[in-house]
Amino acid sequence: MRRESVWVKTAVTGVVLGTAMALSACSASGQGAAAGSASPVAKKTVIVFAAASLKATFTQMADDLKKQHPELDIKLNFAGSQDLVAQIKAGAPADVVATADLATMDKLTANGSVDGTPQHFASNTLTIAVPPSNPANIGSLADLAKPGTRTVLCAVQVPCGAASQKVEKAASLTIKPVSEELSVSDVLGKVASGEADAGLVYKTDVQGSKGKVKGVDFPQSSSAVNTYAIGLVKGAPDADGGRLFLSDVTGDSGQAVLAAAGFGKP
Amino acid sequence: MLGVALLGLAFILVPLLATALRVDWAHFVPLVTDPAALEALGLSLRTAGLSTLVCLLLGVPLAAVLSRAEFPGKRLMRSLVLLPLVVPPVVGGLALLYAFGRFGLLGAPLHALGVEISFSTTAVVLAQAFVSLPYLVLSVEGSLSTTEAGYERVAATLGASPAATWWRVTLPLALPGLLSGTVLAFARCLGEFGATLTFAGNLEGVTRTLPLDIYLVRETDPDSAAALALLLVAVAVLVVGAAHGPWLKPRIRGNAV
Repeated sequence: MRRESVWVKTAVTGVVLGTAMALSACSASGQGAAAGSASPVAKKTVIVFAAASLKATFTQMADDLKKQHPELDIKLNFAGSQDLVAQIKAGAPADVVATADLATMDKLTANGSVDGTPQHFASNTLTIAVPPSNPANIGSLADLAKPGTRTVLCAVQVPCGAASQKVEKAASLTIKPVSEELSVSDVLGKVASGEADAGLVYKTDVQGSKGKVKGVDFPQSSSAVNTYAIGLVKGAPDADGGRLFLSDVTGDSGQAVLAAAGFGKP
Repeated sequence: MLGVALLGLAFILVPLLATALRVDWAHFVPLVTDPAALEALGLSLRTAGLSTLVCLLLGVPLAAVLSRAEFPGKRLMRSLVLLPLVVPPVVGGLALLYAFGRFGLLGAPLHALGVEISFSTTAVVLAQAFVSLPYLVLSVEGSLSTTEAGYERVAATLGASPAATWWRVTLPLALPGLLSGTVLAFARCLGEFGATLTFAGNLEGVTRTLPLDIYLVRETDPDSAAALALLLVAVAVLVVGAAHGPWLKPRIRGNAV
């Protein structure tokens, strides 16, 4: 009995300590990322919050910029534009924020979270993604509404779905999708796997798919152009670093990276 | 020990309590009786019911073999049955897609026969049954393994046929495990999200079950998402509560032995 209670005590202590250590380890690594600027190497940490669709281009720009400025440590945080706004409003530390549309950026400026006026730096338009063999012979937006065509769209609740609805209206079409996906990458996946005959995605998604899907452009896409905006966060921990990154994005080198990925001019 | 036990309980209950507190109670009823929400709940209940039936049909024989038969590779077989429990649901969904998708291993021959599974309610049922089958098998096998195989031998020596032994001795003994396994499987089906999303798609009335609907309305209407989340928790509590009722005692019909 006595031995058992000692064992139980040890086990309980172990569980409590273990849990506490596991939790503190999590939070320590989380803080480490943000507190990098205080490290003895005196590296300057620039924190960039960017829309998920900018992942490939911004990662490349950050790598290029770090080569020119070895003292810079650029932390990139990618999420949906809505989530980024929520995070910044909740006080997450950020120097620069880039959103995939102007409406989301407007929420931040209205809130007083942006220093100055955000700059428009890129645009993205919808295109029809089809499997490389284009089994359903899709040539226009109207083909997506043909009976028997398995089309997937984003749900209207998410930004790519709202844009899809706009082009449908512009073309006076009613597309009956076999699935309304939660994100544009889900649409891309369903087309790339061949489960769907076609889907509406962004030009940059087709460019980034490395041949897994083919793009079919259509004229009505001009009715739903997404403009990307970038701004300096008010009270940025490293405003100078933030400005440097921002001017890189809007400058020649950044614009070249964006154009290569399929982004249009703002 | 009790302190840690309470901590464990709190760990489960606090997030659920937070959900209840987050709900806009003044609008709770209109939010959860919204036609799209009811459609999603109805689809969830229908598909979970069908999936549970599939689990019973496939799982009970599997559990019986695992608990009663002796053969080489049995341990391996048991581990394989547990796989859907340990792989992430998204991976399960991808695996189902590779098997039953339009260009999948079995999907291509099915397609030739005119059967399309992806983007259909059938796909939802397959996804749910895939992830919840281990719950049923584990539960029934556990129940069968702890019951005395001696009763079955006695029944056999008294002249009962194997079928009669199974229906009147083995099954009643395993009833608690069978019922709780069925309920667990049903509850797991209700909560299925990842495999459904990956494999079945997301369309109102066809494949958009309640968890998928919650995730979608979260984008535009957080209040509605919280209300629907609580609705799903309430259904789960009812289901699990039913599974642990006092009526779940093993019993053998008096005239069986």
